[in-house]
Amino acid sequence: MQNSGIGKSIIADKIFEKFFFILGFSCILVLLLIMIFLFSEGLPLFKEVPITDFLFGTQWYPTSENPRFGIVPLVAASVDVTLLASIIAVPFSLAVAVYLAEIASPRVREILKPAIEVIASIPSVVIGFLGLVVVAPFLQKQFNLNTGLNLFNAALMLAFMAIPTIASISEDAISSVPVSLKEASYALGANRWQTIFHITVPAALSGIWTAIILGIARVIGETMVVLMVAGGAAIIPTSIFDPGRPLTADIAAEMAEAPVGGMHYHALFALGIILFLITFIFNLIADYLSNKYKFKSS
Amino acid sequence: MISRQIKSDIIEKTMYTLFRIMTFFILIFLAFIVIYIISKGYSALSWGFITEMPRNEMTQGGILPAILGTFYLMVGSALVSIPIGIITAIYLTEYSGNPKLVKAIRLGVNNLAGVPSVVFGLFGLSLFVVFLKFGTSILAGSLTLGVLNLPVIIRSSEEALMTVPQTYREASLSLGATRLQTIFRIVIPNALPGILTGIMLSLGRAAGETAPIMFTAATYYAPELPHSIFSEVMALPYHIYVMATAGTYIQETRNIQYGTAIVLIALVLLLNSVGLILRYRFRKRLKG
Repeated sequence: MQNSGIGKSIIADKIFEKFFFILGFSCILVLLLIMIFLFSEGLPLFKEVPITDFLFGTQWYPTSENPRFGIVPLVAASVDVTLLASIIAVPFSLAVAVYLAEIASPRVREILKPAIEVIASIPSVVIGFLGLVVVAPFLQKQFNLNTGLNLFNAALMLAFMAIPTIASISEDAISSVPVSLKEASYALGANRWQTIFHITVPAALSGIWTAIILGIARVIGETMVVLMVAGGAAIIPTSIFDPGRPLTADIAAEMAEAPVGGMHYHALFALGIILFLITFIFNLIADYLSNKYKFKSS
Repeated sequence: MISRQIKSDIIEKTMYTLFRIMTFFILIFLAFIVIYIISKGYSALSWGFITEMPRNEMTQGGILPAILGTFYLMVGSALVSIPIGIITAIYLTEYSGNPKLVKAIRLGVNNLAGVPSVVFGLFGLSLFVVFLKFGTSILAGSLTLGVLNLPVIIRSSEEALMTVPQTYREASLSLGATRLQTIFRIVIPNALPGILTGIMLSLGRAAGETAPIMFTAATYYAPELPHSIFSEVMALPYHIYVMATAGTYIQETRNIQYGTAIVLIALVLLLNSVGLILRYRFRKRLKG
């Protein structure tokens, strides 16, 4: 009786080990499925449209009689918005990270850290909504524009959303710099700012780069904000106050009207492939950086 | 020498002040958002707003179907992501002895976390809606949000499981318990607050995401409440999006839009703060 009970639980142990092993690969399986379905729905486009026309074409008219699927305007809008948002977000994020890790008192930090995390939890549709109803009219009036719904507005909103990502990962990196390095700097007569600027931040640089790359990847993939705020015109932007249609916004805006299995449907999946590959590469770089130069926690 | 000292002191003061101002600027912006939305939308809030159906082409009445739809999607996605996510985390921390395998899985988790939400939407559309013929439905939306949330659950569960001291496991095993018994009776109970944090954060994410449900579950207007997992549903974030950008009454229904935004933010912030408080207390307990 006793023995068979033990036997049973050992068998259960073995069965569960196999079961856990299989489910342990769920994420890799999902990634593979995502790739399979994106490619199988996206690649058929290139039977009809040469891939060079897709990649280098400057006209995106997916629903006209003679449809054109050139993604240059969409990529240009994505690149514009992402660069602009990064230029705004990075300095603010680093200021927040350094302030929280090195300058703020422990009490202030305990209040401010969760507050910054709250920003990350605000749904993107709400940020987009505010860009639409508050920031757009403001920009239109201040800069005397035809429309406040443009790339600059989208970049502002995206920068705000990227700040918690970049700031919190950078802060972790800065906090993990060994105290001995800082003490050595103080012992040589450096003040706190000199230590931060010449020792702590450079030592945390790989972590900070990881943070920036993950933040940028998030900006590239963000959909609702650019869908609601960027203006939606599929033209190559010439100024940051032009409306634009980034890749993500294009997919979200057109999928509802693209008949399943049609050329337009395949084209939107092809855009999905581009997005997936870009963010995949960014994540691999971030992963490489964060593994390569990590301080051994002692 | 002294003047150089003074100069570097001035630089230090200036930079500290600058960083402080930049940090508080971000927080003021956050406060502005919250206060602005509440001040614009509180007039729309009433008991009827959250318990009634919309009326007159959604220009009046409540948002009950959107609240219920979001609730169904949250529960549905949790049923997918919680078991699979926790088991993956258990495999990573308790079973896999092969560091290369663990590294590969963790790389998979990180990359999945970085996939844009609209790409999850495409994936859900092609696999669940079209290929498996679930149609635009609660089921397809829940599965899509479920896989989107896997990395959230895995990361926080893994972190929680790793904080359980190795001595607990050794004590249990030395008393004759199998590995499975040790996991279920010792490891998981001790890691529970950390695991709950991940669950709360993932529920908040499921409630707030729009792009993944646009093509898989959400509908502009449903005259009836959903009656099966194959029904399409209204959802809070999608409701804000369509009311703010489409239709003929965009200006007239602004206060409904703000009201819906308040309900959504309140829901997401509630879930997130419960999660963060649990994590905070969990970490404190571990330290102390």
